Amino acid sequence: METHLSSKTKQIIISPDHPFVIIGERINPTRRKALMESLARGDFSIALDDARKQVATGAHVLDVNAGVPGADEPKLLEGLARALTQEVDAPLCFDSANPAALEAALAAYEGKALINSTTGEEKMMNTVLPLTAKYHAAVIGVVTDDSGVPATPEARLAVARKIVQRAADYGMSPEDVVIDCLALTVSADSLAGRVTLDSLQLIRQELGVNLSLGASNVSFGLPDRVAINAAYLALGIARGMTAAITDPTIPELATTIRACDLLMGRDEYAMRWIKAYRAARKAKA
Amino acid sequence: MTLLDDLRQNVIDGNAPGTQSLVKQAMSEGMPPEKILNDGLISAMAEVGRLFEAGEYFVPEMLVSARAMKGGLELLRPALAAANVQAIGKVVIGTVQGDLHDIGKNLVAIMLEGAGFEIVDLGNDVSPQKFVDAVNAHKPHLVGMSALLTTTMPKMKMTMEALSAAGVRGNVKVMIGGAPVTEKYAMDIGADFYAPDASSAATRAKAAVQGK
Repeated sequence: METHLSSKTKQIIISPDHPFVIIGERINPTRRKALMESLARGDFSIALDDARKQVATGAHVLDVNAGVPGADEPKLLEGLARALTQEVDAPLCFDSANPAALEAALAAYEGKALINSTTGEEKMMNTVLPLTAKYHAAVIGVVTDDSGVPATPEARLAVARKIVQRAADYGMSPEDVVIDCLALTVSADSLAGRVTLDSLQLIRQELGVNLSLGASNVSFGLPDRVAINAAYLALGIARGMTAAITDPTIPELATTIRACDLLMGRDEYAMRWIKAYRAARKAKA
Repeated sequence: MTLLDDLRQNVIDGNAPGTQSLVKQAMSEGMPPEKILNDGLISAMAEVGRLFEAGEYFVPEMLVSARAMKGGLELLRPALAAANVQAIGKVVIGTVQGDLHDIGKNLVAIMLEGAGFEIVDLGNDVSPQKFVDAVNAHKPHLVGMSALLTTTMPKMKMTMEALSAAGVRGNVKVMIGGAPVTEKYAMDIGADFYAPDASSAATRAKAAVQGK
């Protein structure tokens, strides 16, 4: 199954037969004071710099979150969509729970965006899915619903199925729904990683849809987070994850993903692996 | 090592059975329950908070210390009630509607309980109405709201409005926190204070109920 995303000038395909898709997470004001303050005064310079750095280090798609406290989010998200389109050719992933902000950005966007996200909650699906369909976008469906976080892989599959079916009711094909199996942190519950990994496998097998995770929070509250995040990406990819919202500017993460692509048979003659190695060596020299 | 030192160390190490047996021993030796609470359990949790803030302790260690503290507190509660020892205040706490991330909120609840507060934990995904209902039902001194996501943070403002609309805003102090939350946002939505982490949440909550 192939999920197509595009900017004005570039198409990205998410599928098990293509390189793993990195959705760069850095354009998000959470815990980033300088970015937050710059966005609050309508200054996109830090966001644009984040965009360039992430694309240079391997991001295929850029997540864009304009959730600055007290700011006019629709105006900000639309402004970012326009500015980022001028700067980089990576397709965008609009990260908001504000329907007006999503609509403003989608209306301005010349391409096929990804929306982050809907859940299986009735109210969310009834708001986000019609917008996704109207603008011919794709959407991330997070496997929680009105009764909270499902505890088992089977229950997460049921929510995933509900989201895919509801999207179909709005005329969307399953290719345009990327399921997020929900990565909760292992510092609070040491079984949280396992449940998510088993969910990836089950949902991949039953629904065949593309799968993504927000892959950085899993290690919250623990030392040596990068090592945990890298292992999590590798384990997830082995179970059918085809995209992740992560930070490619962290070399260990980008390297792990490239190694996984090679080992999963998605890097013919290891050309991308070798090319990245040479680029890194040259950068060091 | 004195009995209280030993008790503190067991909480800090997250040893729940050890904590319980030392609390039992202290009680059987006739130590006042308030002393066991303040100089044993609460003092240990303050140290755990300090270690966490200093980056020496990690989240799972804080959780096992909390479990040990709670085990000890359970044994102590009847004695505290009999001696008429009051909690220093009551806090209704929850992660706002739409947000399923509860670790930050749980850490705050742990530190508040460890500082001597009574906690009414509403869990995660708590609607403004649920906060209002809990304030009416429990008559707390403080309401604590947490949000991890920029997308759920606006629910804090809605909850503030719901508290005002229900006419109970004046009865409580409101504290907020969470990754995207800032001091300025707290002031903008009319909260009483913001806390950047679990330890300072406990310190500021204590100051708030003691009118400092």
